[in-house]
Amino acid sequence: MRFMVFVPGGKESEAGVLPDEKLIAAMQEFNEELVKAGVMLAAEGLHPTSKGARLKFESGKTTVIDGPFTESKELIAGFWLIHAKSLDDAIGWMKRAPFGGGVKLEIRPIFEAEDFGKALTPELRKRDERLRAQMKENQQ
Amino acid sequence: MTAPDAHSAIDAVWRIESARLIAGLARMVRDVGIAEDLAQDALVAALEQWPTSGIPENPGAWLMGTAKHRAIDLMRRDKMLDRKHAELGVHLQAEEMAVPNLEAALDDDIGDDLLRLIFTACHPVLAAEARVALTLRLLGGLTTEEIARAFLAPVPTIQQRIVRAKRTLREARVPFEVPREAERAGRLSSVLEVVYLIFNEGYTATAGDDWVRPALCEDALRLGRILAELAPQEPEVHGLVALMEIQASRLPARIGPSGEPILLLDQDRARWDRLLIRRGLAALERAEQLGSPLGRYALQAAIAACHARATSGEETDWTRITALYDALAQVEPSPVVELNRAVAYAMAFGPAAGLEIADALVKEPSLRSYHLLPAVRGDFLAKLGRREEARAEFERAAALTRNARERTLLLGRAAAVATGTANQDDPQ
Amino acid sequence: MRFMMLVIPKGYASAAPGTLPDPKLVERMSKYNQSLTNAGVLLALDGLHPPSAGARVRFAGGKPAVTDGPFAEAKEVLGGYWMIQVKSKAEAIEWAKRAPMPDGDVIEIRQVQEMADFTPEIQKAAGPTRLGAQ
Repeated sequence: MRFMVFVPGGKESEAGVLPDEKLIAAMQEFNEELVKAGVMLAAEGLHPTSKGARLKFESGKTTVIDGPFTESKELIAGFWLIHAKSLDDAIGWMKRAPFGGGVKLEIRPIFEAEDFGKALTPELRKRDERLRAQMKENQQ
Repeated sequence: MTAPDAHSAIDAVWRIESARLIAGLARMVRDVGIAEDLAQDALVAALEQWPTSGIPENPGAWLMGTAKHRAIDLMRRDKMLDRKHAELGVHLQAEEMAVPNLEAALDDDIGDDLLRLIFTACHPVLAAEARVALTLRLLGGLTTEEIARAFLAPVPTIQQRIVRAKRTLREARVPFEVPREAERAGRLSSVLEVVYLIFNEGYTATAGDDWVRPALCEDALRLGRILAELAPQEPEVHGLVALMEIQASRLPARIGPSGEPILLLDQDRARWDRLLIRRGLAALERAEQLGSPLGRYALQAAIAACHARATSGEETDWTRITALYDALAQVEPSPVVELNRAVAYAMAFGPAAGLEIADALVKEPSLRSYHLLPAVRGDFLAKLGRREEARAEFERAAALTRNARERTLLLGRAAAVATGTANQDDPQ
Repeated sequence: MRFMMLVIPKGYASAAPGTLPDPKLVERMSKYNQSLTNAGVLLALDGLHPPSAGARVRFAGGKPAVTDGPFAEAKEVLGGYWMIQVKSKAEAIEWAKRAPMPDGDVIEIRQVQEMADFTPEIQKAAGPTRLGAQ
């Protein structure tokens, strides 16, 4: 199974403040463990929302709003994509992340083709499989 | 919309739509030069109108419609219609009569047109550098200035190159079509060569270069990925994409803090981009599934994949790499491939095995000034305890290299082997 | 440049586990995904199960504490993402505009940190911030 793990954003990440050296080093070690165990699929940081934008889709119209989105309580500063046998397994791995100070990681299972069952027609399933074969997210 | 906002939004639309627009127009007017002119006219109209009217719902359709109307306008205004223009007018008017909402059908058609455009821009009647410039212009959506910056050439040179390329295609009466079976392999080879040329120009760019240069890797990757969708049955297309994805995955690790290049075996693998590696491995699998034997790009990709799969230099499957180089030496024999094969053999089977292959290259005229040959031989000789010969080779290599830092390194190795100090530098 | 197009579907915060998207939406999305692939800009994409199928891990000295979803206070939650490779934020926005989103949905566009974005000093230290910041 695959999971997405979000790292919440906050005042510091929004201000572009870099974490201290110790945390960076600890994080690198953690990421290397994930790679060695075949768990790591991706790990990315996101630039602050000031470099972003939001699109609202309403009655056929799209409105574009430039960042920052300081009022949002659901900011994301980065994420992992990981491969694990189950949600419990994924939780087990992420508990080892070198965070402190009240940080809350959110872990969400990722949809796979099998999850769709009836919703995917054979044609869509084939297209989905082709797309996946290209991206090879979880075969390694 | 503010003026700069509108401009960057229109630029973005252009980057997304321009290749398809030119391709569709080229099929209609059967001339890529005229097609590009018409497309540019449509862009000018967009730049004039969209800042006030807003970007239309379907910008691609707006641009296409505008370009077609422009073409018909030109026909009408030109009283001295020659036969070609007359044909053009009739052809275009027929298009106008056709079903206005062609979206579904268009998708397939545009795919075919894009493929035609790629083959045309990469036609072997053009010199390699002309193909590169024309491809970046018509398919990459780059401006002449961007192409000039990327290749460190003056803008007028690139302008002329593109003008002449279009004229050559017209004079040679190159048809706007996908090549037939008999010619396909050769023509495709020409396309892949262009894409990889673009990639390499970006790959060898160093830190501190204008951002446009390393961005060429992204341009090449995008072109390769587009091609993979347009010609999914071609294994070498997937092979080339695989090679580029995996090589690009190393970009964050290739340049040191002072801008110096870092050899593969010395790179910090934690910096390799895992997403690109996975994409590259998937593309390689597509190439392999399409049958054997593997072509030159797929083989190089397979070698790159061996490195990508290893979490450290020690974990590398060198034996597999030697087999792949053996195959590559059959498919694309060259002295440089032989030298790489020697290095792989040494890593897999010991320095004597590598030296045997490298020794055969000593008389090779094209490698006479290539510093890596004596450097590699020096390394093998040192490992075999043949110290005097090793020293001589390192000194020869130092004299041949034009890179000061490398010269220092090689002279250092020469001195170390002379005094018997152990030196464990990686050879490649 | 790389951008994430983060999908924030309306009402997803309270969706039950096992909620599946409407097949018609799946069909339109499939076409859109293919258009991204055809353009050579798609790097990755995924759909996410709702928060009710997930969990949170809280780090606050001592053992990390685990809570199962859903999470009452969450209003806007992620339902999926695309990662694309384009030349500018404007291009990312243009692609996002073309996504077949249902009414009330939001797409947040965020630039992904890449090595080249940082100064040599920071690159020397560790490369992109990558999940160290909070």
